Amino acid sequence: MTRSHFTRRGVMKTGAATGAGLTLPTIFTGASRAQEQGFTNAPTGDTVTLGFNVPQTGPYADEGADELRAFELAVEHLNGEGDGGMLQTFSSKELDGSGIMGKRVEFVTGDTQTKSDAARAAAQSMIQKDGAVMISGGSSSGVAVAVQGLCQDAGVIFMSGLTHSNDTTGKDKKANGFRHFFNAYMSAAAMAPVLESLYGTDRKAYHLTADYTWGWTQQESIAAATEALGWETVENVLTPLAATDFSSYIAPVLNSGADVLVLNHYGGNMVNSLTNAVQFGLKQAQANGKDFQIVVPLYSELMARGAGENIAGIPGSQNWDWKLENERGSRYTGTNAFVQSFGQKYGFPPSQAAHTCYAQTLLYADAVTRAGSFNPCAVVEALEDFEFDGLGNGPTLYRAADHQCFKDVVVVRGKENPDNEFDLVEIVEVTPTEAVTYEPDHPMFAGGELGECNPGA
Amino acid sequence: MEAFLLQILNGLDKGSAYALIALGLTLIFGTLGVVNFAHGALFMLGAFVAVTMSRLLQLSHKASEPSGTDFLGNPRYEDVLYVQDIFGAELGQTLVDWAVPVSILVAIPVMLLIGFVMERGLIKHFYKRPHADQILVTFGLAIVIQEVIKYFYGANPIPTPAPDAFRGSFDFGVLLGFDPNTIIYPYWRLVYFFFAAIIIAAVFAFLQFTTFGMVVRAGMADRETVGLLGIDIDRRFTIMFGIAAAVAGLAGVMYTPINPPNYHMGMDFLVLSFVVVVVGGMGSLPGAVLAGFLLGILESFASTTWATTAVPGINQIIIYLVAIAVLLTRPRGLMGRRGVMEE
Repeated sequence: MTRSHFTRRGVMKTGAATGAGLTLPTIFTGASRAQEQGFTNAPTGDTVTLGFNVPQTGPYADEGADELRAFELAVEHLNGEGDGGMLQTFSSKELDGSGIMGKRVEFVTGDTQTKSDAARAAAQSMIQKDGAVMISGGSSSGVAVAVQGLCQDAGVIFMSGLTHSNDTTGKDKKANGFRHFFNAYMSAAAMAPVLESLYGTDRKAYHLTADYTWGWTQQESIAAATEALGWETVENVLTPLAATDFSSYIAPVLNSGADVLVLNHYGGNMVNSLTNAVQFGLKQAQANGKDFQIVVPLYSELMARGAGENIAGIPGSQNWDWKLENERGSRYTGTNAFVQSFGQKYGFPPSQAAHTCYAQTLLYADAVTRAGSFNPCAVVEALEDFEFDGLGNGPTLYRAADHQCFKDVVVVRGKENPDNEFDLVEIVEVTPTEAVTYEPDHPMFAGGELGECNPGA
Repeated sequence: MEAFLLQILNGLDKGSAYALIALGLTLIFGTLGVVNFAHGALFMLGAFVAVTMSRLLQLSHKASEPSGTDFLGNPRYEDVLYVQDIFGAELGQTLVDWAVPVSILVAIPVMLLIGFVMERGLIKHFYKRPHADQILVTFGLAIVIQEVIKYFYGANPIPTPAPDAFRGSFDFGVLLGFDPNTIIYPYWRLVYFFFAAIIIAAVFAFLQFTTFGMVVRAGMADRETVGLLGIDIDRRFTIMFGIAAAVAGLAGVMYTPINPPNYHMGMDFLVLSFVVVVVGGMGSLPGAVLAGFLLGILESFASTTWATTAVPGINQIIIYLVAIAVLLTRPRGLMGRRGVMEE
């Protein structure tokens, strides 16, 4: 665990050297002011403002709403309200319910619309007009990369929400940006052994891939992982993000010689392509003397709900699942505390998008407290190589080299007979951190530099 | 050969949706002279009639005895459907299973009513305004309808499956003497195609073989003269607006099992349907149907791997390329009438 007090210590030394003859209260006042100057949106009053940038309109609005619920809950807990949620289980005990460094937490929200330009405009407005010292949230890698770049330039911290592209902490990584969510490489690495045990090593895969940053990296990752098993990639067809009917893409699959269809799709794309694949009988089909299989590398509870019974039996991966602690034990401590807290407040279990946003808010608040400063560079130093536990994913590392969290990955499968509308997936395997860890200079993440942290003004 | 037949089949169901929406658009334009950008929203509203019907049929109360615990560990009470209370377990379940076809009966009056209200409440005030004003107000209306639906139903797609009897797919390959699994086509898409054919035939028959239809056609050809004969053509045109809304709504109802509906689905079809109308010829009903199927099939072919490999992105621009080609060679569209939008 890295603890950084450099700012406070430096400030105290400066204060001691220059404060001879001054009264004690004046030293503290002067020190406090000096410490919190020299960076963007340094909080001056008794409150601090966080900016939550989520899709409130557009196709991911439901996921955005769930993220916002989690943010509100996190703020409530930081301010000492409610049952405290994961503050009780978090391994770091710096947060005591008195806000962040004694400042009551307030928040403003922006609407990303799942469009990069709209998301940047919303983030900019929250930074410039509302004085947000940190931006978090989002449900798309394109948006995350765009907002991360903006936050780097503006000198505020970006704690990304749901973003799964390798690029976010790969070629587009930034010193001011941090990702708690897992990525496409990790999905593929976690799923490969499960796919091997379910479907063997002699398979021919046909990929349908959403034609944007996340889809490309997801396809590259899962193709590499399955080819390493011995699978052959028969075809990779890029589908437009705006596509709604995938029948033209699905229909040729059975004649292609493939016996597995990999849907590198998310959101509405995933719901529609999976629905179309099931309509075209792929789940019942036979190819190469084997049962035809469908794989969806990235699962989302909300999307699973949209796809309905079509997801039954289909494997995929998740960053977290609300049943994790009950089914896999105390290693995933924090899960039940969060589910209880969220469920009591909203009446249903949280999604993985909600979980990652809640965790990111706590991690930021904790880092500020440990650093003793809201200065982004102090926060970066506090988060880099920070090891923690109790936030639902088991022991986790925020790696300094790329600002990516490393933790266990959950492999799931659509439940055949769900008990209720929330119980849509069953946990098949939890792949340990070591199996999904890669070197910072892995070719799939190459091409970018973290650079220097930017404190802004 | 198999791939060729497969893409034709694929194009038919997409073309069916385009044709039904474009047919309604053309009816409204041909009768009222209004360019209705809210027509996609009517398609979406039809789909949500099916969603609503499905939810109504699944209204339930809690069982008196708990059966396990919920996700928070509290006692969980099973949901018991009211339709099963009323009609018995088997018939109740059948009604739930057939929610989409049952919705057709509800969608017709609902969509007629929505059409009347839309026309009388808003659109009639824009008859004498420029087309640009009509486009702006109807587009605005579409956005309002969309946001209202999102408010009540959320942004996520809502699965609304076909009845059990129509799930799965039909192996055309075997029927035509090819190997099994070479030409697979889902049953419900076949149903959709035949349903669209019946609706289109019904609309044409209504216009061709009824006195009402004859008057409407006369009004479309020369509104002023029909008015001078003492016929209240406006009232008939209002009814035609309602019928066009019902056609779009029915297209939406039956589309729900093909792709789970969401609040945005109307916009996905709207622009393409306008291109269909332009390619078919503004004001031409047969043109709209012909262009709907033609562009649906072309779009299907353009999405094949060999097409996208040969010309990357062709699947996204094929319809517009065809539109440009048709308008350059036949400025009034495939079956456009002289004088329409030419004043």
